[in-house]
Amino acid sequence: MKNLFRIYLEKPELAGLALLILLAALFDARSGGAFLSADNLRGILGLLPEVGLVSIGVTILMICGEFDLSVGSTFALTPMATSLLIIAGVPTFAAILLGLLIAAAIGFINGFITLTFAIPSFITTLGMLFIVRSLTVVISGGFPPLLPDDLNTAVFTQFVGPGGLFRGSFVWFLGVALAASAMMGNSNLGNWIRATGGHLEAAGAMGVPARRVKLFCFILCSMLAGFGGIIQVFRLHSPLPSIGDGLELQAVAAAVIGGTALSGGVGTVLGAIVGALLIRVIDNGLVMSQVDANWFKFAVGGLTILAVVSNTWLRRTARRMKVEA
Amino acid sequence: MPAAPLIAVRDMHKWYAGVHALKGVDFDVQTREVVGLVGDNGAGKSTLIKILSGVHRPDRGEIRIEGKPVEIASPKAAMRLGIETIYQDASMVPTMSIARNLFVGREPLRIGVGGIGLIDHARMRRESMKAIADVDLHLRSPDALLAELSGGQRQGVAIARAMHFKSRVLILDEPTNHLSVKETAKVLGFVRGLPPQGVAGILISHNLHHVFESCDRIVAMARGEIVFDKKVAETSIDDVQNYL
Repeated sequence: MKNLFRIYLEKPELAGLALLILLAALFDARSGGAFLSADNLRGILGLLPEVGLVSIGVTILMICGEFDLSVGSTFALTPMATSLLIIAGVPTFAAILLGLLIAAAIGFINGFITLTFAIPSFITTLGMLFIVRSLTVVISGGFPPLLPDDLNTAVFTQFVGPGGLFRGSFVWFLGVALAASAMMGNSNLGNWIRATGGHLEAAGAMGVPARRVKLFCFILCSMLAGFGGIIQVFRLHSPLPSIGDGLELQAVAAAVIGGTALSGGVGTVLGAIVGALLIRVIDNGLVMSQVDANWFKFAVGGLTILAVVSNTWLRRTARRMKVEA
Repeated sequence: MPAAPLIAVRDMHKWYAGVHALKGVDFDVQTREVVGLVGDNGAGKSTLIKILSGVHRPDRGEIRIEGKPVEIASPKAAMRLGIETIYQDASMVPTMSIARNLFVGREPLRIGVGGIGLIDHARMRRESMKAIADVDLHLRSPDALLAELSGGQRQGVAIARAMHFKSRVLILDEPTNHLSVKETAKVLGFVRGLPPQGVAGILISHNLHHVFESCDRIVAMARGEIVFDKKVAETSIDDVQNYL
């Protein structure tokens, strides 16, 4: 029992990973091999970076002990701003940077308000969810603007890799995931993030600049959400003001399914990816195995509750088992 | 003329939302001396300690270290001055390993820019084992999680952390709360062992027996003031109790 607790703390994504393999095998069998075909995998992996980037940001912020419900709206505003800038003649690269700067500003405001007034980030970012969505619709002018036809989006949309299995966006996603993973596991900043979320008072007393660490995580989370949005809009070639609606909850579900603790301090970047991939696999797998696709949200919901219940149970059991040496 | 005290607090005042928590406190700690700080809840002990460890700022007053006036603006600043603090249960992160806890905020880096960089894990683990062994604590691995340790072992790791970073004064805020008799004896043993290693200590405790057992001097606070200050050898438990 004690070992199980330790495995959970060190490799919280393990259960999700096992479930992922199990489900992939199940869907493949039920769909007569169509699920794991190259064509279908290309579809799943093509969509993964967009949700995956948001999940990584949300997961890191949750490890740090805070929430962000405004990521879905930031996911829409950032590419909307970038698109309008491109249409106005700003070079693509600069427009992307400016869009990400806007995302960073949203994260900063989220963090600044939460920390300065010591209120739950749940509430701050719920407010920001509405504010940012509203801004997105307002600046779109009511009509989704069209990106220029000659806009070169190949860096995100081109199929690459063996058999063209991946989109360019997947390479970006992989890069971000590896960097985030290295940050969380091997850098002192990652150590501070984990300490801040694991025990705020202790982290502060041990000299960790907890306020700045949290602010950094808020900003990072918003920027990753914005980046995910830009990738989706470049794929769709038009910034719909409604994209990313409900994404904040999917990202939290992905984080939790991937083993991130609601209480902070525990979680991994790999867990975020496993969680996001699981959601994509369920979405796609239900269709491929000809189950009514309306069961999708049911499955994600059930899995989320199951993940939190088992994590909480593990934690409580371990606390009861505490032995004197 | 005697040497300046290691820590000298002069005319320290602190208000919390209208409550006068410290009313002009003068408080000294000499080199290689363990001071027992006692008093009821709300007497001002914690406020005084939190100012010394950089968690709170004083509203008025001066702190001198070896005669030099200092500003203690943050816990990090206190650590740089050689003041390490161990809180009863807020000194470690339970979900992290021993090694990560020992070095959090002061991780040895392989490469870094502006203070942020990649941790030298090998060195951190190696130094962790040494730090733990130095305080006579026997733990199998620096990778064990704090949540897996007993209360006494956790306090041991906290003490190892303070000793490893060459602190000059170690503040222990009720370190024996929730500990078994055997573990309490061990922690008090650590405290008695501080002066021979050239480290001073401030022990906060509700238990006068613990204070008399491990301290050189005893200071009692009540209602934001120091009401008693004597060498342990020159007083008795009954004597102190009259002032509380």
